[in-house]
Amino acid sequence: MGNLLMSLQSVTQQATDQPSNDQGIVLLGSLTIFVLAVFLGFEIISKVPTTLHTPLMSGTNAIHGIVLVGAMVVAGAFDTTLATILGFVAVIFAAGNVVGGFVVTDRMLQMFRKRPQPGGKK
Amino acid sequence: MGFLNVPHIYLNIAYLIAAIFFILGLKRLSSPATARSGNQVAAVGMAIAVVATLFDQNVLNPWYIVVGIIIGGGIGFVLARGVQMTAMPQMVALFNGMGGGAAALTSTSEFLKLVNAGEAISYDVAITTILGVVIGSISLSGSVIALGKLQGFISASPVTYKGQQVVNGIIFAVIVLLGLYVIVIDHNQFALFAMIVLALALGVAMVMPIGGADMPVVISLLNSFTGLAAAFTGFVLRSNVLIISGALVGASGTLLTQLMSKAMNRSLTNVLFGAFGTGGGEVAGSSASAEGRPIREVTADDAATMLAYANQVIIVPGYGMAVARAQNAVQELANLLEQKGVEVKYAIHPVAGRMPGHMNVLLAEADVPYTQLYEMDDINPEFTHTDVALIIGANDVVNPAARNDTKSPIYGMPILDVDKASNVIVMKRSMRSGFAGIENELFYEPQTSMLFGDAKETAESLASAVKQL
Repeated sequence: MGNLLMSLQSVTQQATDQPSNDQGIVLLGSLTIFVLAVFLGFEIISKVPTTLHTPLMSGTNAIHGIVLVGAMVVAGAFDTTLATILGFVAVIFAAGNVVGGFVVTDRMLQMFRKRPQPGGKK
Repeated sequence: MGFLNVPHIYLNIAYLIAAIFFILGLKRLSSPATARSGNQVAAVGMAIAVVATLFDQNVLNPWYIVVGIIIGGGIGFVLARGVQMTAMPQMVALFNGMGGGAAALTSTSEFLKLVNAGEAISYDVAITTILGVVIGSISLSGSVIALGKLQGFISASPVTYKGQQVVNGIIFAVIVLLGLYVIVIDHNQFALFAMIVLALALGVAMVMPIGGADMPVVISLLNSFTGLAAAFTGFVLRSNVLIISGALVGASGTLLTQLMSKAMNRSLTNVLFGAFGTGGGEVAGSSASAEGRPIREVTADDAATMLAYANQVIIVPGYGMAVARAQNAVQELANLLEQKGVEVKYAIHPVAGRMPGHMNVLLAEADVPYTQLYEMDDINPEFTHTDVALIIGANDVVNPAARNDTKSPIYGMPILDVDKASNVIVMKRSMRSGFAGIENELFYEPQTSMLFGDAKETAESLASAVKQL
């Protein structure tokens, strides 16, 4: 019994000692999320009518600006000068992507109406 | 250290909420009535994620990040407020390129940090770093070229030379070899920089040979690339919200790319490597040369009479209408016709305009209710009992050669069956060919009348003529 416990302990010890094994699990978790999100994406996007495909594209465009979050972390880490500069430029790019994407999508979508406005626009 | 040094678990909860908001926002895009709120929901999700990150303990100086966000966000805001709706594809290309660049830079920066720290870099981190860097860089430079072609500062014609695909293949092979070197042998930052340069070159080389008419496909594809680059950056940074968002965008871009290719009856390979189209102007290889064949020209007054006494009129708008800024004049004409008891519908081809759904946005801007806009498959059966099909600045999408002429480059592309209407009025500036550079048989059909002139002026004179009837 004691032997068994000891060997179990050593096995778990080994498992946690091996970073490659751990990383494999982390990677698999990330991959799982990725694959499920791809399926979800296909499911949601296929329901968007063609009328809205341009706003859809500029809207999803804004969403991939989420890379801003990553850019903020690498820029804020103040590692090497080069890494920080690259990160800072990435923050500027991504922030432009996010803000511009959402604003331009909103501009487009506010124009979509079921009936013409009484008295017309402008 | 971040504003409050919030533990990571709370940050991750905020990111989860952001991801949920993105998904709910995209779901609301399934109807024009809820779409605007959907975009706002997604924007709130983004704000939650960004604000949460300012409190990350790894962010040593949040103020400096805030400055970067204000600079970038300010630029984005000004551009987004100022852009014309006709220039929307360029805008999307630009933001897309910025996103791709940001993903590439973020992955690079993280890689340099890991190398500098002397940490062992596992295979998965190395591989996803390289994928993020390469795909992001291709997306950046490819988007800039697409932008140039759409805006006109780079020739819209395909730029080709002998052995082009071999050269592109070699660039790609070198990128792969360098990637393997960085992953397996040495985490060398200069090899990574070389890959960035080569990937940027590959983005340029990939888009240059693609004609302007195919830009809707290219933009959709690059959109999906940037999504993937963001997802790979998420793998590097172990950030689930990046992976989820990137995957959503990647799926969306891929789906739109497929739809666009299908609407043109072309495979993606053919779009990317086919060097299709001349960008308008010269007429390219059709079976029947149309030199000197008779066409029937009408005056605005005659056309107005035809329209006003019709039961049903279908308007087929093309990009030419948008270029001439004729949308408002056309909508005024449509309103006048409706007052006279004419049923007016708009037929929208899937590739009308310069990106998927572009024409719908342009018409929405002119206050055309979206309930009057019909998709190709819904409207095509109606042409047989339509009195007048009014074609404004559209060309290739109504070319019967796509149905009849097996030798035509657009053969097999689904088109709007305007030639089945009793009368066809084509409003055009001149007899020049469309974006794909192909002769159009429709103009010589017996039921077709040509109404030459600037689309806006012609629409206005049509409207005033209808008013006087």
